[in-house]
Amino acid sequence: MKVVTGDKDIIQPENLVYKRSSILTDKQFSYCPGCGHGTAHRILAEVIEEEGLQPVTVGVCPVGCSVLMYDFLDIDMQEAAHGRAPALATAIKRLLPDRFVFTYQGDGDLAAIGTAETLHACNRGENILIIFINNGIYGMTGGQMAPTTIPGMVSTTSPYGRDVKTMGNPLKITELVAMLPGTCYVTRQSVHTPAAVRKTKKAIKKAVEYQKRNMGTCFIEIVSNCPSGWRMTPVEANKWMEENMFKFYQPGDLKVPPEEPEKSKDDNE
Amino acid sequence: MEKELRLMKGNEAIAEAAIRAGVDAYFGYPITPQSEILEYLMEANPYEKTGMVVLQAESEPAAINMVYGGAACGKKVMTTSSSPGISLMQEGISYIAGAELPCLIVNVVRGGPGLGTIQPSQSDYFQACKGGGHGDYHLLVLAPASVQEMADFVELAFDLAFKYRNPVMILSDGAIGQMMEKVYLKPYREREKTLPEWATTGKPPTRERNIITSLNLDPYLHEKHNQKIQAKYREMEKNEVRFEEFQTEDAEYLFVAYGTSARVCQKAVQLARTEGIKAGLIRPITLYPFPSVRINELAGKMKHIISVEMSAGQMVEDVRLAVNGQTEVTHFGRMGGVIPTPEEVLEDLKSKI
Amino acid sequence: MTEEILIAGFGGQGILSMGKILAYSAMMQDFEVSWMPSYGPEMRGGTANVTVIISTERISSPILRQFDTAIILNQQSLDKFEKSVKSGGMLIYDGNGITRHPERKDIEIYRIDAAEEAARMKSPRTFNMIVLGGYLKIKPLIKIENVIEGLRKSLPERYHKMIPDNEKALIRGMEIIRKLNN
Repeated sequence: MKVVTGDKDIIQPENLVYKRSSILTDKQFSYCPGCGHGTAHRILAEVIEEEGLQPVTVGVCPVGCSVLMYDFLDIDMQEAAHGRAPALATAIKRLLPDRFVFTYQGDGDLAAIGTAETLHACNRGENILIIFINNGIYGMTGGQMAPTTIPGMVSTTSPYGRDVKTMGNPLKITELVAMLPGTCYVTRQSVHTPAAVRKTKKAIKKAVEYQKRNMGTCFIEIVSNCPSGWRMTPVEANKWMEENMFKFYQPGDLKVPPEEPEKSKDDNE
Repeated sequence: MEKELRLMKGNEAIAEAAIRAGVDAYFGYPITPQSEILEYLMEANPYEKTGMVVLQAESEPAAINMVYGGAACGKKVMTTSSSPGISLMQEGISYIAGAELPCLIVNVVRGGPGLGTIQPSQSDYFQACKGGGHGDYHLLVLAPASVQEMADFVELAFDLAFKYRNPVMILSDGAIGQMMEKVYLKPYREREKTLPEWATTGKPPTRERNIITSLNLDPYLHEKHNQKIQAKYREMEKNEVRFEEFQTEDAEYLFVAYGTSARVCQKAVQLARTEGIKAGLIRPITLYPFPSVRINELAGKMKHIISVEMSAGQMVEDVRLAVNGQTEVTHFGRMGGVIPTPEEVLEDLKSKI
Repeated sequence: MTEEILIAGFGGQGILSMGKILAYSAMMQDFEVSWMPSYGPEMRGGTANVTVIISTERISSPILRQFDTAIILNQQSLDKFEKSVKSGGMLIYDGNGITRHPERKDIEIYRIDAAEEAARMKSPRTFNMIVLGGYLKIKPLIKIENVIEGLRKSLPERYHKMIPDNEKALIRGMEIIRKLNN
């Protein structure tokens, strides 16, 4: 990418400190202002670029806001039916075992209609990465209740707040998959602050490494926001997320491979 | 290389033929009357021999979506099930048709609706030939009438699927799945090493990224996509119609029947001829595309045509469209898992004379 | 030549495997064959039956209402299928547990007390081979050595040690089958 003022490029190799990942296409994100999807896409693209994975990556998009993810990433991708991404990824990885295979799924896709596919892919220990964006709401269809909508949270189908007595409890599917023997790395992160973004990116890098070593399913939940669906400004949404979502969905590792020493010098950044 | 002779169930023949045809993967979920396919494959353990992946999925929706994922990698991928399981797969089948993925789906039909029976039936004709899932699409549908064809159609199905980038269904039934006959097995064919250029296999610097999707937010673009797949169906209708005739040369009465019913009708023709009734049979081998042209040609010299099906009368609608009023067309069938006997079919024919 | 055979009795009497061995050995003699079982829950302890067709021609319907030969191994099946034998055809039955014997006059009726004989030979699992031997005595379509070869091909290897007993049973069946009418 070139930024030009007048007849002179202002970006020169010696002053370049940050650039847009080459894995991102020129297509403008269709996400709402303040939405976490753009950041999550960006760091995933950066990892694919930095690890040189473009020629070996096959990704699977969900149904939901990120249904058009394949427009934004310059990699081979498949569009799955609602909830079925882990089934597609299972087949891709088994047929092309040396490829880097990931799914990218929202909470409705992964934890409602696709619960069976999610749990069974994790339980079989498919060597894939599942990235789970949890914003507790159905963004694309206009803000309906999700399986992960927290108690009392307002949505268009829980207009008086989620009443767990009649609407059921939010599903902590990340805790569920952490219990399964097939998963090797299960972590809950976020992308709402620079520090959180760095940690999430590091988590994705770890997952890439574990997949190379055929260690089992890696599952990264990214607790995120939905300013539009939550009817908040981006700043309000991030604040609300920290104050409410994080109480219910506490960030941190739920499961790490036993032989992985927790140190690593990068962790001290 | 010489072909190998075996006595096999139709279900076993499909499984063995899949290994020999160089199929890359099978994903399935057990259901009677076709569980022998997955059992046979698990026992044969073809991964050791040919590298063929065999996986028992957690459900039919998972199985068909594994087929989607594998087919989108350009691999030869298949699943098998029976009626209730095929209903569960319809979503995935529609997506596969929309995304133009080649694959094989086998339906060893049992009696419906609902949980129905586990006995053979042909009541999924509409589902197989008229869509089944949502949207304007067709499967190319092959209807085997013998164990030999169960085996032979696996390779044929994949050739056609890749030729048209379209899902192919083998529409069988519990009788052909469970019965044993002689079958000549083809020698092993190596699995394909080169994958089609549209496959999602990881983007090398030398090409644009590949995207497999059935989504188009722009209705005008999506109309174009629909026109493209419709054009493909017209090509299939031109090139891929397959059927077999039995004693039609001098026939005055014609049975139209596929699969198990065609076998029953063949016997009914023999019985009719011993009584001096000039009966004949046309057996559609492809149910979509349907042999309408040939049935139309034959109809002119027939006094009566009977569509014999193990259903309440589904294919008969296509027969009537083909006959186009030239002569009377009626349906004869048994339902719910009952197979008509040749004698019953003959009695029905006699009632029309 | 076409021979359409029904074998019917209780599940567990080895009906399906008897049909399978018959089909297998016929195939070894270059016949066209089909083996069509009744399948499903009734297999477990209830009645079981299988249609075997052996022919020099391509086989049409694997499902039939009329048979050249019916091999009947319990009362229920006798009641159900006695009428399914073509006129001039043949019915073979095991007299064990039979209270109402076959009555038709237009068919040949043979009796083979195979259950009793198997018990006497202390080899209850070869019951179906005694019956098959009896059938082949009357309709010598298939050579005994091909039946043995059929057994070898259709039985898992761990059962091959039982083949000599099966051969004995086949021969015994040939000896004890007897015609009842005309």
